[in-house]
Amino acid sequence: MNHILNMQVATPEIFIFSMACLILMIDLYTHDRLPLLSYWLTQATLVAGIYLGLGGMGTEPVTTFNGMFIHDGMSVVVKLAIMLFTLIGLVYSRQYILDRGMYRGEYYVLVLIAVLGMMVMTSASHFLSLYLGLELLSLSLYTLVAINRDSDTAVEAAMKYFVLGAVASGMLLYGMSLMYGVTGSLDIKTISAAIQGMQSDDVMLMLGLIFIVVGLGFKLGVVPFHMWIPDIYQGAPTSVVLFIATAPKLAAFAMVIRLLVDGFQSIAVNWSDMLVILAVLSMALGNIVAIAQANFKRMLAYSAISHMGYFLLGIISANPNGYSASLFYMIIYAFTGLAAFGLILLMSRSGFEAENISDYRGLNREHPWYAFMIALVMFSMAGLPPTVGFYAKLSVIQALVDVNMISLAVIAVLLAVIGAFYYLRIVKTMYFDAPEAERTITTGLDARVLVSLNAVMLLAVMPWIGTIMDLCMSAIQSMG
Amino acid sequence: MTFEQLAFYFFASVAILAAAMVVTVRNPVRAALFLILTFFAVACIWMMLEAEFLAIVLILVYVGAVMVLFLFVVMMLDIDFDQLREGFAETLPIGATVAVLVLLQLVIVLTSGPFELEQVAAPVPAAADYGNTHQLGLLIYTYYVYPFELAAVMLVLAMIAAIVLTLRDRTGTRSQKPHEQTQVKRKDRVRLVKMNAEKKN
Repeated sequence: MNHILNMQVATPEIFIFSMACLILMIDLYTHDRLPLLSYWLTQATLVAGIYLGLGGMGTEPVTTFNGMFIHDGMSVVVKLAIMLFTLIGLVYSRQYILDRGMYRGEYYVLVLIAVLGMMVMTSASHFLSLYLGLELLSLSLYTLVAINRDSDTAVEAAMKYFVLGAVASGMLLYGMSLMYGVTGSLDIKTISAAIQGMQSDDVMLMLGLIFIVVGLGFKLGVVPFHMWIPDIYQGAPTSVVLFIATAPKLAAFAMVIRLLVDGFQSIAVNWSDMLVILAVLSMALGNIVAIAQANFKRMLAYSAISHMGYFLLGIISANPNGYSASLFYMIIYAFTGLAAFGLILLMSRSGFEAENISDYRGLNREHPWYAFMIALVMFSMAGLPPTVGFYAKLSVIQALVDVNMISLAVIAVLLAVIGAFYYLRIVKTMYFDAPEAERTITTGLDARVLVSLNAVMLLAVMPWIGTIMDLCMSAIQSMG
Repeated sequence: MTFEQLAFYFFASVAILAAAMVVTVRNPVRAALFLILTFFAVACIWMMLEAEFLAIVLILVYVGAVMVLFLFVVMMLDIDFDQLREGFAETLPIGATVAVLVLLQLVIVLTSGPFELEQVAAPVPAAADYGNTHQLGLLIYTYYVYPFELAAVMLVLAMIAAIVLTLRDRTGTRSQKPHEQTQVKRKDRVRLVKMNAEKKN
């Protein structure tokens, strides 16, 4: 029985959970004397986690825990990105959390457990571990959204998130139970082998697949399962939105890959048809409704919905090229989102939330550097060359063209043009409108430097863009 | 009809009827009690499937703990159930349509073949010395150790979340501090005052 518990490949997960428990205890005794200790310990944990994760690079796919945990190239890349983005996000949000009295050791423990949940999802090769990882992530996020208990909007957002998240989990579980009924197994590899010869007229198989796609749709937030996204983005504290909008998107990518590709690649024709509808609706509704928003965070929520539509385009093409384009898209989108919410946090200060678009009027007169940063982020989100956002959109659309889905590609490009309007409106507001009130930036130097670096990278990373794409490609190719 | 079939139909119909009552009775306390009955009937069906450990756990955990807590909550909170029912007539058409559609789809699927009786062989009765609990224990701590540990992490997370969301440090509350009480010295409480003896009248 010794060979089945080769736990070495799960070192980052084990380390992160042990540290989460330790930070919980340490914070209890040192909170009054050394309040920032749990922040620094969390950052140190994530740095060490990244170091441990790097050690797993380039190895052959290994499964452990009786085939419930899989370690492959995709899981390593996604996990590293999750930890890195969480680390950067925590730097941006420290001042915001301190100013609003949300600073507690438990905030960081919850973030670490959410990271653990995402890593478990990324490495899941069994329905049980996938579901448990998903619930670890969701439960931490529900709590983080509500952590500012005295804010009515945050509590309402948490309630909506909780109820819809529970419905989504129910859908996913029902789909999984139907799949279990069809194949007699919860192990993704066994399921994949069992459905090999099945036809699409098998009603049970199709019903199970539909429920699983609906569950995934809820978790990704694609139309028509998107209702929770705008309310959460608007209602939750910005620091939590920053977290929700970045790392979990990568975990969602891993979940899609594990379920649809690892599990149901042989019925790809069926799920890619379903995803086409979801993708077109998301791109259309996300981009068009975002135009009408006056709240910056709500606008970014609709932008997130449309981005999820674009992300699905790569999955729809149902080949490794497309999957790696989707992974690339997700990494770039999460990185851009990190900068976008980082800049919103930077503009906010004690007692003031810079969350309306009108708060950014004439920003160029006072803070030309940050106005330029926001403009860069908006260009990247809109997908304008020469920013990385352009290459992200290009690669998913290229994947579609490769499989001769020209009409879908044309729709995607047209909707991207519509979407460019509301991103550019922010730029116009910053550069051509008259400023209303004076703004002071109170955020610490580390966050200011890092967010500038983050935004500049959207442009400066261009010479190495091929390296990142190759990394995504090799990650997808080395899947077990 | 064998006794086993008879017992199955009895427990199954009790479960369905009680479940229907849960959503139709007006009084929430009664709804909770009917839910207990549903759990109990389902536990009996599990018992017939030789899953005796799960059946007992269902009764101990759900009936014994979860539902009792639920009853407490229902009785303690003053929920205006008439207010909750407002708008029922407006949402009924949409809700009913969706429910009927889902039901129809499920019926089509469930009658399509894989769930027919002849597809599923009757389980072979286990030997007399076979212990369901023993097998479950073996599996959980060996084969399923990873999900088991993850479930434990989730319980820790639930505790942290519940405490984060509800604990408030309030000042000015009157609470006992045994630590300070036992360390009290005489000089903290008793003050000796030197007084001159008074003259007798």
